[in-house]
Amino acid sequence: MNQSAWTDDQPIVSIKDVHKSFGDLEVLKGISMDVMKGEVVCIIGPSGSGKSTLIRCINALNDIQSGSIEVEGIEVNDKQLNKLELRKKVGMVFQQYNLFPHKTAIENVMMAPLKVLKQSPAEVEEIARNLIKKVRLEGKENSYPGELSGGQQQRVAIARSLAMNPDVMLFDEVTAALDPETVKEVLVTIKDLAEEGMTCMLVTHEMGFAKEIADHIYFTDRGVIVEHGPPATFFDSAKDERTKEFLSQIL
Amino acid sequence: MLEAFMEFFRQLADDYPRWNFIFFHEPRQWARIVKGLQYTLWLSIACVLLSVIIGVVGAWMQNSPSKWVRGIVQGYIQFFRNTPPFVQLLFFYFALGQFTPAVTGPDGWTEIPIISNVGWAIISLSMFAGAFNVEIFRSGIEAVPESTQEAADALGFTRLQTYKDVVLPLAFRVSLPALNNNLVNLVKTTTQAIGIAVPELLYQCVSIWNDYPSALYPTMLLLFVSFIILVGVLVYGMHRWEHKMRIPGYGG
Ligand SMILES: Nc1ncnc2c1ncn2[C@@H]1O[C@H](COP(=O)(O)OP(=O)(O)OP(=O)(O)O)[C@@H](O)[C@H]1O
Ligand SMILES: [Mg+2]
Repeated sequence: MNQSAWTDDQPIVSIKDVHKSFGDLEVLKGISMDVMKGEVVCIIGPSGSGKSTLIRCINALNDIQSGSIEVEGIEVNDKQLNKLELRKKVGMVFQQYNLFPHKTAIENVMMAPLKVLKQSPAEVEEIARNLIKKVRLEGKENSYPGELSGGQQQRVAIARSLAMNPDVMLFDEVTAALDPETVKEVLVTIKDLAEEGMTCMLVTHEMGFAKEIADHIYFTDRGVIVEHGPPATFFDSAKDERTKEFLSQIL
Repeated sequence: MLEAFMEFFRQLADDYPRWNFIFFHEPRQWARIVKGLQYTLWLSIACVLLSVIIGVVGAWMQNSPSKWVRGIVQGYIQFFRNTPPFVQLLFFYFALGQFTPAVTGPDGWTEIPIISNVGWAIISLSMFAGAFNVEIFRSGIEAVPESTQEAADALGFTRLQTYKDVVLPLAFRVSLPALNNNLVNLVKTTTQAIGIAVPELLYQCVSIWNDYPSALYPTMLLLFVSFIILVGVLVYGMHRWEHKMRIPGYGG
């Protein structure tokens, strides 16, 4: 797929009829969605409905059986896929932070630009310092992950991802492992990003947050998108029984 | 000063004939010991480095997508772990040594094999200890969470970069105590190079006590003390390293 063919007015992430199975278990049963540049999309749904799997398919951590996923015109479901090109465009933050424990906060942020993008150390350090500032962790540059709280680690992880200068950020339940008090600081960081115009796709159980920042909400259940829409209509006038039941349990 | 030192041991040997520290008062014997120590040190350093490299590369190959590569590594480990190292040494030197090419020496008629007995000793001992190192590193690698590697993958690291910059540094830390043990064993096992006439410390000591039976006890004592010091230095170095690599707030 020719990458230069993509322009801003086309979806930055375009998912069409994606099917994904683990062995006999079909987890995604024909998912389609389009995300425009600068949009914030929240994916909600019961446990096991395939939210993580979908997110992971977008940056090729999982492969798919059929359908198409395009990121800025790059077809992800392609044997010839240049993974590096894809990963320069897509940043990912995990539920368990997954920082490199043997590197300090700033080293975690610097590692990929240095090793993968081969940028100059001086340049990278400046970028990293700014990112650390951006996620409000000044003074923690030289702390190791083991010396940081969960919320702080997660913000380092966000900074680490941003250091690759991605166009799309994927967040998979990034606050699920945090104490209620620290959830907020991570959400604030994500909100800052969204307000700066970063395209974000996030799986979350924080309905209040989703309502506040999402441009569009998707509800998935058992591998299909049951219902979707902008927060206002989605929360107030859900039509599907499953959606209603899920919302009534969680809100 | 030196003269007094030598005189003391000459006198000791006169007074107590079983305690002839001949290498302390006869420069020729001292030279043998020094040469032996040099060979032992050389064998130890070369084998430690080479066996660690074998361990690192072998553990990487063990995770190869290719069944063949994994099979070869497994075969290598089984062979070298389950046969006596001394037999391996003899096998390398006498069996394989026959097939390695030789070059003609400067005198025009002697044949000098490309790999000397020292070379074979290093190869054989490194392969022996390397087999254990592969297993040691493998268990360290298994302790690195899949999700940490996935994070590197998502950041665009190649498989090799992930191994080199993330997996290995973490696996090393887990592996150090076991590696420590294996390297201590390796240093002690260098003495078996005597079997193919490598002039290391044990070889020199045996020669000395064969020539001068009165030097038997002192030479044995020297052997023990030398190895205690040598292994002590290694263990100290490894501990320092372990300490330096400790990550704040991580692990035990
Ligand atoms: N690597 C895997 N191998 C086999 N099955 C898997 C794998 N990953 C996920 N699954 C299965 O796929 C289904 C969807 O999992 P997924 O993690 O995408 O759900 P989820 O919507 O993210 O759930 P949660 O809210 O609990 O995170 C589950 O039934 C899960 O057991
Ligand atoms: Mg999930």
